[in-house]
Amino acid sequence: MTSIPDKRPPLAAWLVKSGAVVLRYLAIFVVAFTLFGVILWIAGKDPWLAIRDTLTYTLGSGRGLSEVVVKMTPLLLTALAVAVPSRVMLINIGSEGQLYMGACLGTWVALSFTGLPAWVMLPFMLFMGAVGGALWALVPAILRARGLVNETITTLLLNYVAPSLVTFFIYGPWRSPGNSFYPQTLDFVPAARLPLLGDTRIHLGLVVGLVMLGLYWLLMKYTRWGLEMRAIGGNAQAAKRSGIPVTTYLILALCIGGALAGVAGIAEVAGAHGRLRPGFSPGFGYTGFLINWLAGGHPLGILVMAFVVALITSGGDILQINQGLPFAVVDILLAITLFVVLARPALRLKGKRA
Amino acid sequence: MTLLSLLGVVSSAIFSGASLLYATLGEIINERAGIVDLALEGVLLVSAATGFAVTVETGSPYLGVLAAMLAGAALNLLFGYLVIGRRANQLASGLAVMFFGFGLSALIGRDYTSARINSLPRFALPGTSLIPALSTSQFKFDPLIYLALPVTVLVWWLLFHTRWGLGLRAVGENAQTAFAAGRSPQRIQYQAIIGSGLLAGLAAAHLSIAWTMVWGEFMTAGRGFIAVALVIFSKWHPLRAIAGALLFGGAVAFQLLMQASGIQISPFLLDTTPYLLTLIVLIAWGGTRRHAAPASLGRVYQGTE
Repeated sequence: MTSIPDKRPPLAAWLVKSGAVVLRYLAIFVVAFTLFGVILWIAGKDPWLAIRDTLTYTLGSGRGLSEVVVKMTPLLLTALAVAVPSRVMLINIGSEGQLYMGACLGTWVALSFTGLPAWVMLPFMLFMGAVGGALWALVPAILRARGLVNETITTLLLNYVAPSLVTFFIYGPWRSPGNSFYPQTLDFVPAARLPLLGDTRIHLGLVVGLVMLGLYWLLMKYTRWGLEMRAIGGNAQAAKRSGIPVTTYLILALCIGGALAGVAGIAEVAGAHGRLRPGFSPGFGYTGFLINWLAGGHPLGILVMAFVVALITSGGDILQINQGLPFAVVDILLAITLFVVLARPALRLKGKRA
Repeated sequence: MTLLSLLGVVSSAIFSGASLLYATLGEIINERAGIVDLALEGVLLVSAATGFAVTVETGSPYLGVLAAMLAGAALNLLFGYLVIGRRANQLASGLAVMFFGFGLSALIGRDYTSARINSLPRFALPGTSLIPALSTSQFKFDPLIYLALPVTVLVWWLLFHTRWGLGLRAVGENAQTAFAAGRSPQRIQYQAIIGSGLLAGLAAAHLSIAWTMVWGEFMTAGRGFIAVALVIFSKWHPLRAIAGALLFGGAVAFQLLMQASGIQISPFLLDTTPYLLTLIVLIAWGGTRRHAAPASLGRVYQGTE
């Protein structure tokens, strides 16, 4: 950041600055949507109709909007799962696998201890979800901290292992006997379901996500740990020389990230589905990575971007139904948005580089 | 376990190893020029879809292979524009292009999921017709497999025995110095990226046109990432990449052997073997990689003023 003091009054300066930020993000999305429209047009679809459908079916109705919030819930947590390690310059692309393992261990609690009351069951279940995700991140974390293997490639490879393990449990010990056609576990008992908000499908996971976001903000801004993590991110050598336990921080940061992704997994299963199915995540982990990059690791940015990306993915469902487009086209739109951000580094929030 | 099914396993291992060898070679060229290309997984998917679609439309697998190579180069060029032209972060750009590839390949392959194609012709190994057991339909290979080893040697020769290769490796070690020595880092990196895109296209074409002869969403199943890992295993050396590809082929063979042997192991657990094996190999070889890795791997060349 530049060190020239701003002479304007604080409020006006703040307005100018945040106005500029909003304008930049709007510009990013306008460019991204235009490029996406061009691709749809080449594919023989009507881009106007696609974008209009996306907006009317999501923002246009209370139900559509609540579904966007349901989609946003795991994304908040998976974005944080990338954000925390990124503060110490670790790249966690493994949140997809960590999410699956969190769902796996959480489901084990929900299926094994069916007699527990909800006030014991839910914390226990979410805790084990966090443990599952953290354990899945532990191996890459140790390998990286000991300087053996870069965490990028190990977390990526483990993404392909975790869903297979979950599928193994669903086809094996956990298979619901009543349903032989559609493989899934038994329905969770009511005590293991996350409470819903009113008559929507918005569940307690949203509160968990928002609390975690708040904690992340407090941790980074007001604690010694946040400061030390920034120091490691800035220059690990210097941080080590000044007595910061870098190795511990690296392992902890990646495991906390894994835990957050694990909570996202079990919250999604126990909140939105009520049973574990193979392939229940449409790439929440990867999408979380994109959100964190778009937001530059900034807590408020993560909130906004998680909402916008949830809106886009909900739009993907609608495009799939109304236009017969594969769901994966959403990846195109998200990727183009990221291209625009990457190609114009100056557009990123100053000093908030992930 | 008959000899015939054993031969089938070996030939599957060769088929899966060959496509991985091409992908690994491409990544080696990139990383030798200092660029980590995580886009590979997406590039493979787009090339596989494009090659398959062109084969269906034209009826010619050769045109399909060509189209796959061009698609690979084009998508890699987009990645190159981000990391060389715009000097963006390599890992994030790679993942962005990977996502783009996920979506684009699904869009391209949308109408071809149940299509049938003319595959590349397969030839028996010369000499094997004399041995009756080997002259079965199981033990025939397409031209891309026979080309894999010559291409590997070609890449090795280009990288280590030509002036161009020297420049490329110099850029990967220290772009500033290479610039001072009169090379253009940007131009060399673009050349590397196009070359690796062509090789990725070959890998994908072999996968979809020559071997499986189908297109399915996410059919590469992480091969791009396994290739990135095998680059570390092969210490950024093309000839050692052959060992990496054999290793992966071995994992596939093991998987098939276990299934064929009738031992009761869940296929879902067996599916994880290639990834776990790659991981174990990384851990075992990871400690020694320091000396072999190009010095400015992953660093963005900011230009020389």
